[in-house]
Amino acid sequence: MAVAEAAPELLSPAEIDRAFRDPFSPSKRTKATSWIVLLAVLTAFPLVFTNPAVTSIGVFTMFFLLAVVGWNIFSGYSGYISIGHAVYYGFGQYTVALLIMHLGITSGVSELAIVPLAGLAGAAVAVPVGLLVLRVRRHTFIVLTIAVMFIFQLLAFNFPSITGGSTGLNVTPPPWSGNDYNLPFYYIALGTAAIGLLTSWAVRRSKFGLGLLAIRDDEDRAKGLGIKVTRAKLIALVLSAFFVGIAGGLYAIFIGQVFPQFAFTPFYDLYLAVFAFVGGLGTLSGPVFGALLLGPLQQYFELQFGATTLYLIIYGVLFVVILLALPRGIVPSLADRYRTFLASRWRRAEERRGVEGSGVTAGSMIASAPGAAPAERGGS
Amino acid sequence: MLVLQGIVDGILAGALYALMGSGLTLVFGVMEVINFAQGIIVVLGAYFTYTFASHLGVDPFVTLLLTIPIMFTLGYAVYMLLLRPIKRDRVIMSLLVMYATAVVIEGVLDLIFGGTLVEVTASYGTSSVHLGSLDFPNVYLLAFGLSAVLLAALYWILYHTKFGRSLRATTQNLTAAKLVGINVDHVSALTLGIGVGLGAAGGMLFGMTTPFNAASSYDLISRLLVIVILGGFGSVWGAGVAAIVMLVIEDVVAVVWSPVWGQTIFYLVLALVLMFRPQGLFGRRLARAQ
Repeated sequence: MAVAEAAPELLSPAEIDRAFRDPFSPSKRTKATSWIVLLAVLTAFPLVFTNPAVTSIGVFTMFFLLAVVGWNIFSGYSGYISIGHAVYYGFGQYTVALLIMHLGITSGVSELAIVPLAGLAGAAVAVPVGLLVLRVRRHTFIVLTIAVMFIFQLLAFNFPSITGGSTGLNVTPPPWSGNDYNLPFYYIALGTAAIGLLTSWAVRRSKFGLGLLAIRDDEDRAKGLGIKVTRAKLIALVLSAFFVGIAGGLYAIFIGQVFPQFAFTPFYDLYLAVFAFVGGLGTLSGPVFGALLLGPLQQYFELQFGATTLYLIIYGVLFVVILLALPRGIVPSLADRYRTFLASRWRRAEERRGVEGSGVTAGSMIASAPGAAPAERGGS
Repeated sequence: MLVLQGIVDGILAGALYALMGSGLTLVFGVMEVINFAQGIIVVLGAYFTYTFASHLGVDPFVTLLLTIPIMFTLGYAVYMLLLRPIKRDRVIMSLLVMYATAVVIEGVLDLIFGGTLVEVTASYGTSSVHLGSLDFPNVYLLAFGLSAVLLAALYWILYHTKFGRSLRATTQNLTAAKLVGINVDHVSALTLGIGVGLGAAGGMLFGMTTPFNAASSYDLISRLLVIVILGGFGSVWGAGVAAIVMLVIEDVVAVVWSPVWGQTIFYLVLALVLMFRPQGLFGRRLARAQ
């Protein structure tokens, strides 16, 4: 992404998009239609498959979707891979559980009305956490996020007067049953995920988002170009923590219990990162695909083999295979295949027409397609 | 006096953590792989010792003759099969792959041994040496001794063998190492073998000093990561000093306050240090960190 060097003067993001438009990428209309179709399918899903066992898998998948989309806003765009987002997840869970307990809320609707506060709590705790962890980069950052997650788990264990310690907290579940119980959670999570995706899209198109991508590619240079790097990273982290916090809040009410080892769990960190990686890190749709593919699998394995740790083995093996087979993620890999296919079809058509040595050759066309020279991350 | 006992406990336990952490930091230095599986590797080593010691009826220290070669081979194979194919985003991809590997090993161990806490026992395990009012548990003294011997062996390998020179060259500059004809993949695989072997040796000692199950790996890995960050990534000596400093702080807090807070302080020290020295206590500041 040598955007700043190529631009003779400051261009607006829209102008930059036009200048760098990929001749083989789907049109705006195709993209918008796909999103609407996907949204419609996800909205219709629990109305078609009404078995509560199926819809509850749907609910967990939506929770994952929401959180992975949030995770991607920070880690995907800035390139700072957080393996510690369970901090905001757990904070959301405890916020909701404690508020419901101390305010004595019992009706399901008012319980769900509290959930945005879980997002705010996640966002609030992201500020001090961010100020600490964003002082370091790359591997130290990754490891530090893990360590911070364990600090919060320990604190949750060590303050039993507030958190209930290892006995955990109980949340009175809403007085609904069967599918009626699942549907509100499903749609709230889906709606929030859609808002998250819109936020992600807006960030990606904004100058702020370009700043994040610049940080991902070369932070020192980005700083030299006048991007306020710490502020940009912190804002992205706070945004991202908001959505993960909401996922935590919803989860706490849905499950009805909060425990330190399940609220601040290293598994959740792993899930978010792997889902995003499998889909395609830093792309808009990648996290969506990752969550929609792997979320249900995760739930299925846990339900099927959860009695023993067999599911851990299956899941671990699956992760390793996917990570090694699709190192760049599904969306970027498929997009590349699709571009190569379009480009070769275009070249064959050119050859049939006998056009040789015209202004634009197939070769230059392919070379100029961003898929041929993808925006490499700076990391080794 | 309590404080003095805390310092003694901390130094003895610190040597053990230095041994377990040395494998982690060495592997990072050579191939930029954060071996998230090191925690479960330690536990795996402990279970090997536990099984061999109880079935063959030999002394835990003798089991190392079996455990270390097995674990070395495992480390070599893991590099060749799982880490060598990774070409892009090495740091994070290898972390995720090792994380997933750790999950698999944890699942297997839990399936075989269940979640019950076990401990490796030896006849001399419960007694201790008294010096004045200070108490030196035998197990910890032996652990300290073995850690010192193995770390000295590591030093000898690093600085007095041809392999050690290749390893240090790879740490300094991977591309240049390749250019002068070092088989970097072979060196990396051997390094992971050594790192995992050291972790397993640490596991035997860990199993003798602490009751453990498969889930102990999370507490272990988070401590080891803290030690490695504080020591500066890739610095074996930094990790050694950080291990002893951290364990002394933890044990002193544990005896004068409470064991629960000892563990929390462990992490709070990390936060404090990073505020003033983001590169760790002994790490060099990365000029261009991207």
